[in-house]
Amino acid sequence: MWQALYEELAGQNFIVIAVAMDSREGDAVPWIEAAKPTYPTLIDREHLMAELFGVVNVPQAIWIDEAGRIVRPAEAAGAYEGFRKMNRATREMPDEVARLTTDARATYVDAVKDWVRRGPESVHALPAESARAHLPAFTEDMATAQAMFKLGQFLLRHGEKEEGNRWLGEASRRHPDSWCIWRQSAGINDTGLAALPEFWERVDALGEKRYYLPVDMKGMP
Amino acid sequence: MLWPMATLLTDAGEFEVPQAEVSDDALWLSAREAEEATGWVAKPEGLCKGEHCVPLPPGREREFVRGQRVNAAALWRHLGQPALRSDRGHVWVLAPSARDRSEALRSLQAPDFTLPDASGRPHSLSDYRGKKIFLVTWASW
Repeated sequence: MWQALYEELAGQNFIVIAVAMDSREGDAVPWIEAAKPTYPTLIDREHLMAELFGVVNVPQAIWIDEAGRIVRPAEAAGAYEGFRKMNRATREMPDEVARLTTDARATYVDAVKDWVRRGPESVHALPAESARAHLPAFTEDMATAQAMFKLGQFLLRHGEKEEGNRWLGEASRRHPDSWCIWRQSAGINDTGLAALPEFWERVDALGEKRYYLPVDMKGMP
Repeated sequence: MLWPMATLLTDAGEFEVPQAEVSDDALWLSAREAEEATGWVAKPEGLCKGEHCVPLPPGREREFVRGQRVNAAALWRHLGQPALRSDRGHVWVLAPSARDRSEALRSLQAPDFTLPDASGRPHSLSDYRGKKIFLVTWASW
């Protein structure tokens, strides 16, 4: 998904590290084998990205400079929730929504390129105070939820299905804003997506709330 | 399936703690297990991790330390950190608090981590220090 961007910026001291937040052994592998990215793709079965960086959905990205400093905390990586306005029977997207989706992606990718070329001079590289202000808020419920998730996944890996699933459900109730916890634990359809009717019910229940939190970047919907 | 006395999941990884004794909400580790899995050591001034020591609440010392044993779960709760156990008490998670996570992020230094790629080879974020990193999540689901 990021291969073209990576190739375009090759030789500019830039790397993409993709992290698959996939707890079930092997789920991410066919995707990696099909895409054959030349950048590293890592498997995060315990959702460490959520624990460390506050990731609650995918795709979310974190920009880190040469000194290891976060210049943009976790945020939606060019994703727009156009799928909410899709016709669910025909899977067709209204033209306007399709355009917003394409534009969001292009705006975000251009921002990454601008940062790679201009470093701290880029308007998209947040100065320290601003980067801090954009950090996701960590609550004790979130920390407890991630611990429950870790316990549940450990039990599932060791064949203790009933109790494992119970902890995952408990984790999602503690941290309902995490789509990562919910979708990882949800049933999947025949294409491997956690998009069964209960997913759509949960999306509809958002009402005016966003599926991807808005990104503070000029030109993003 | 055969279990060791308990498996302990901490930030530092997965530890088997065969000498652990579990009762209700207590997880009594041997001094060595406590140090290896959690970094905490009982000293005359209290429980210490490196230079940082936490005095034991007066009159409640035996909730935390008995002889050579440390109740890691009691320490975790005392510090306001999540401590969870499986129903049978054979798996425990001792996690950092939201406050600690938050403070770590406020430094803006990206926390290091190590994860495997599809072939099992480990990669650490710090392996790529010196480059701009676009760290991006995705999932099959």
